[in-house]
Amino acid sequence: MLKNRIIPCLDVKNGRVVKGINFVDLKDAGDPVEQAKIYSDGGADEICFLDITASNENRDTIYDVVERTSKQCFVPLTVGGGVRGVDDINKLLNCGADKVSINTAAVQNPEMIIESSKKFGSQCIVVAIDAKKKEDKWEIFTHGGRTKTGIDAINFAKKMEDSGAGELLITSMDRDGTQKGYDIKLISEIEKNVNIPIIASGGVGNLEHLLEGIKYGKASAVLAASTFHYGTFSIKEAKQYLDSKGIPVRI
Amino acid sequence: MNVTIVDYNSGNINSVINSFKEVAKDKVNIKVTSDLNKIKSSDKVVLPGQGSFKSCVDALNSVNGLVETLNEFAVTNKKPLLGICVGLQMFADIGYEEIETKGLGWISGKVSKIDNQNDKFKLPHIGWNEISIIKESKIFKDIKDKSHMYFLHSYEFIPEDKNVISATTDYSSNIVCSVEKENIFGTQFHPEKSDKIGLKIISNFINL
Repeated sequence: MLKNRIIPCLDVKNGRVVKGINFVDLKDAGDPVEQAKIYSDGGADEICFLDITASNENRDTIYDVVERTSKQCFVPLTVGGGVRGVDDINKLLNCGADKVSINTAAVQNPEMIIESSKKFGSQCIVVAIDAKKKEDKWEIFTHGGRTKTGIDAINFAKKMEDSGAGELLITSMDRDGTQKGYDIKLISEIEKNVNIPIIASGGVGNLEHLLEGIKYGKASAVLAASTFHYGTFSIKEAKQYLDSKGIPVRI
Repeated sequence: MNVTIVDYNSGNINSVINSFKEVAKDKVNIKVTSDLNKIKSSDKVVLPGQGSFKSCVDALNSVNGLVETLNEFAVTNKKPLLGICVGLQMFADIGYEEIETKGLGWISGKVSKIDNQNDKFKLPHIGWNEISIIKESKIFKDIKDKSHMYFLHSYEFIPEDKNVISATTDYSSNIVCSVEKENIFGTQFHPEKSDKIGLKIISNFINL
């Protein structure tokens, strides 16, 4: 039976961890590679890096991080943030990323998803959708949530599936950072409308939230950053909890 | 000992390279090449594959003499070869991804889309799934039945001779996830992405 995945996400800026594990005994607490290794040793099913480097001159730092991580972590590695074109995807894959997540560029230039899924295979193309509730629908935003698009999240999700995306990473902007739990309605609505796996993101504050994402949101995978960062619970604890609730996980 | 990972523009093979280098340390020489002479002189060959069946077969055919060299290595000389993901699928006679495409024909059978039972199951089949070992295989030495492996695919290999199947995994149906025919080994899952247990499979292959 296929297991539900637990994915810790590390926010990386200028090659350093911004939101990572808050462990005191780390040699270098800001090194994403060391933190990724701790996560993979702890049972993470995948590792996700979100590069939030703002300035262009520091954008190359992520390549070095990915390259070093892929030599030490032997679980799948997804990298997103600032991916603008096929060349960026190619470069990340060449550095050892297994999947690349694409947000703004997928909205601005949907053709790029068609092109890149043909070139690299759907299996490595993840489309990241940042959505905010608007009346009884959800609108997608780009540029790290700063830019309104007027585009409906459900329609866009369907379009991305048709364009060749292999997975969708759905973040609720209303919930992100609130620790109030995933926007289950958003996750489940998208899940009902597509037939590719969904990764739920945004809002995890406790273990029940992970359970809700899988049980009610029907997400194939659940992603969290802060809760792992602040040590609210470990990946192992998350898996033991889900297992005790009858959710299939890799233990 | 020389182990060659065939580099034929089949997509992203960095994870395969990294994992083999991790397991080999300094004891085994890992080469990454499409050079025919280097392949011929290798002790073992790894055939990775990402993307579609057709794109991988096309990429193999675009290297002059590569298919003949692999045939000689695996079929005539019966030296150990491991196919991973589409690398395994290409052992088949024929594949149906994009368009009907001829495979290497080393293990009779076909590659077709996983039956998702009218959208009851998501495709691609992505994530960790348990394998059921149904035949002793040399690459499963010290690997427990029901171990978790990482999968990422929408197509499955259906061999004619069920005796070649060494493991299956349960998704929308029982999917063939590992084969062994004499010196030819293949995994549908990604040992290079399956954590320590995956590295053990790689180690078993290197130590054959």
